[in-house]
Amino acid sequence: MTKKQLTKDPLNLIITGVGGQGNVMISLIIGNALVRDGFLVTIGETYGASQRGGPVMSHMRISQNTQYSPFIPDGCADIILGMEPVETLRMLGKYGNPNVITIINPRPIYSIDVTGGHSQYPELDKLIETIKELSCQTWLINATEEAQKMGSHMFANAILIGALTGSGVLPLDKKSVEPILRETFPKEIETNLLAFNKGLKLVKS
Amino acid sequence: MANIEIDAPGTSQLLIGNEAIARGALEAGIGFAAAYPGTPSSEILGSLAQVAKKIGIYAEWSINEMVAIEAAAGASFAGIRALAAMKQNGVNVVSDFLANLVMTGTGKGGLVLVSCDDPSAISSSNEQDTRPAAKWLDIPLVEPGDFQEAKDMTKWLFDLAEEMGTICMLRSVTRIAHARGNVRLGELPNKPRKAHFEQVHDLRNVMPTTFIPIPSPFRHLLLHIKLDKAREKFESSPFNRYVGPDKPELMIITSGSCWLYSQDAVEALKLKDRVGILKLGTLWPLPERFVIEHMSKSDKVLFVEEIDPFIEGNVVELAGNFPPNAARPVFYGKRSGQINAYGELNPDMVIKAIANILGLTYQPRDIDYSKKAEAAAKSNVPDRTMTFCAGCPHRATFWSIKNALKLDGRDGFVTGDIGCYSMALGPAGFFQVRTMHCMGGGAGVANGLGKLGQFGFDQPVIAVVGDSTFYHATIPALINGIYNQSKFILVILDNSATAMTGFQPHPGTGITAMGEPTKVVSMEALCRSLGAHVEVCDPFDLKATTNTLLKMMTEDGGAKVAIMRRSCELVRIKKEKPPYKVHIDIDKCIGEACGCDRLCTRIFLCPGLVWDKKAGKSKIDEVICSGCGVCVDICPQGAIIREAA
Repeated sequence: MTKKQLTKDPLNLIITGVGGQGNVMISLIIGNALVRDGFLVTIGETYGASQRGGPVMSHMRISQNTQYSPFIPDGCADIILGMEPVETLRMLGKYGNPNVITIINPRPIYSIDVTGGHSQYPELDKLIETIKELSCQTWLINATEEAQKMGSHMFANAILIGALTGSGVLPLDKKSVEPILRETFPKEIETNLLAFNKGLKLVKS
Repeated sequence: MANIEIDAPGTSQLLIGNEAIARGALEAGIGFAAAYPGTPSSEILGSLAQVAKKIGIYAEWSINEMVAIEAAAGASFAGIRALAAMKQNGVNVVSDFLANLVMTGTGKGGLVLVSCDDPSAISSSNEQDTRPAAKWLDIPLVEPGDFQEAKDMTKWLFDLAEEMGTICMLRSVTRIAHARGNVRLGELPNKPRKAHFEQVHDLRNVMPTTFIPIPSPFRHLLLHIKLDKAREKFESSPFNRYVGPDKPELMIITSGSCWLYSQDAVEALKLKDRVGILKLGTLWPLPERFVIEHMSKSDKVLFVEEIDPFIEGNVVELAGNFPPNAARPVFYGKRSGQINAYGELNPDMVIKAIANILGLTYQPRDIDYSKKAEAAAKSNVPDRTMTFCAGCPHRATFWSIKNALKLDGRDGFVTGDIGCYSMALGPAGFFQVRTMHCMGGGAGVANGLGKLGQFGFDQPVIAVVGDSTFYHATIPALINGIYNQSKFILVILDNSATAMTGFQPHPGTGITAMGEPTKVVSMEALCRSLGAHVEVCDPFDLKATTNTLLKMMTEDGGAKVAIMRRSCELVRIKKEKPPYKVHIDIDKCIGEACGCDRLCTRIFLCPGLVWDKKAGKSKIDEVICSGCGVCVDICPQGAIIREAA
């Protein structure tokens, strides 16, 4: 198999969201596709206690020849896939840099601190603007909204996987990801593939 | 979980460290595996159990770590290779058995203990380092530095354990156990061993054939001889290696995931030609000649390890035995303050330590960007405190506990334990939990409190445990409370799973680790047989639960039991559709004007309920709400509506 080239080695991807959104599932699908294509991949994840409504992030390091640590050093993210907007900004604050690319689902998930009145959730338009200012390039993908049209918000993850694949920022294409989706979601594969293709399309429009 | 029994030698798979350890055990021809779930160790037994039936091994979720290691030792005595896995706390639980097992030695089947430590206590009550236990228990200890090593080392450790005739320990940490990386698979053996406990009936020839730790001093001497042999093997182990210049300005000595951080740090600082890394995989006994040979290359040594200064202490101890005028390097690490002796490390911390020692500056990103990004995150990103999932029965239980304690009015409180419900120490459980220590600890503490009546103590005490924790470590404390007539209520949160660690089955679920149906050990029948007054409640019935607890608080007699029975919501939603469609009647919800102080969004705090600032009313977040319908019963206006879905 001819290996696609990395634009940078290691390529550092962060997938961020809120516990329960399916963060680990996305990193697993992307990671497996990359390993099958011959890359060395390390993924560091927060789960366990953090899964219960806390912020969850996966750090993915992709390399041709080195097994990197599961932590991206501060300021060194290349791509951030944000399943939730303020979590994207949280990551930019620590790991962002002028060259970072962001792909975000703008649907907020309010924390109990926000609903309880102890913390403020920023105004969405301003939040998106700030994210754009701190990114070299930003794609807004209305994954939750599109998924709900397909019958369940759960399909948002497949849409985001499609968007990440279609954006061309990773050395991945449809052919590498589709078989992994088929293995991961054998039951609801048709809708998940529809969602995946929707994501591919949305990122290109 | 990945399928760890895939027969594809030479292929590369993406595995978490725990799956790699399990695969290594399979490649070593393991026959028996036992564990009690505990983050970050649970996937070792979980992935073995998933394939056990198919490949003809035995795997069990034991009732606790002690039984797991004892059962695994039993298999070893009968010639079967065996593994027991646990989180760091488990090593404390098994230490009494281990202190005797090292004296008796193991059987013809190699026995390996895997301890997964949790630096920073990400999913734990403490961040204990278990490596010192290997030292004081005289157990050979190894630590993998990446995912490939997690597999390869486990396989190799079974050979070593068998050859030495003693238990060997593999220590992993969260960032290996729960991180993922490439693992090239090896061959799977296909020759199962026959189990037999060999007996020599001439008991005058007793030494090698029984597992009895006497005469102790003699057994202790034999153990030291075994350790010397292990040290000799470690001197040439490929798991120890040096990468760097011949005469580095700084030598890093490291192990485990800290090896990966050290490599990242040296690369980020572009110091490959100035800084060398001595990576140790075999930690105890220390391969002294190997360490001395490489340490002599530099006059500065930095120890990078989690969490205690274990390698640091052992190397400094070694240097203490150098001849008086021998050259000693300057040691940097936890004692000198360059590396924290608490919390987990990461590449940035190692970068900082190296830069500090060599007098360098490091700036990973543009300074203006840095200021802007940090300021934007600081002023815009709200806190996100962990909480119970939407629909979690624990939220309902703690709501009733809170109300019952308030209605009782004697300043009662809760002693807590280890599980999802530990979160009740915060807003998730309305700050009800006042103590938290180890598995079963809450019921033990309640035993003492419940006997203080003669000193004027009249506060109600509620000890809360999960169902799995009840079986693990609470039964002796309950028996004590009945026998010694200690006044407390043991509330068992029975959600039919070991939820925090990934929904593993336990003796109350009627299913084994390998998916076989089995006898249910009924917790209420057990408690009643002990003579306890037992009530079983549905926590979703807030009124009845509150009344039951209130009544039990005022009754005389020793320890009582209230079982809160409701399936974990994360388990239920996998099997069933939501029972209700929940919505807010916006005409009935009068928001801040209600006088309820926004009970639903400010106090009850289910993440499925959000506050619509513009409308000034509560709202259901349909992405989060699981349709349990409990919040309907807390709204004084009756503004939350549930309709059968």
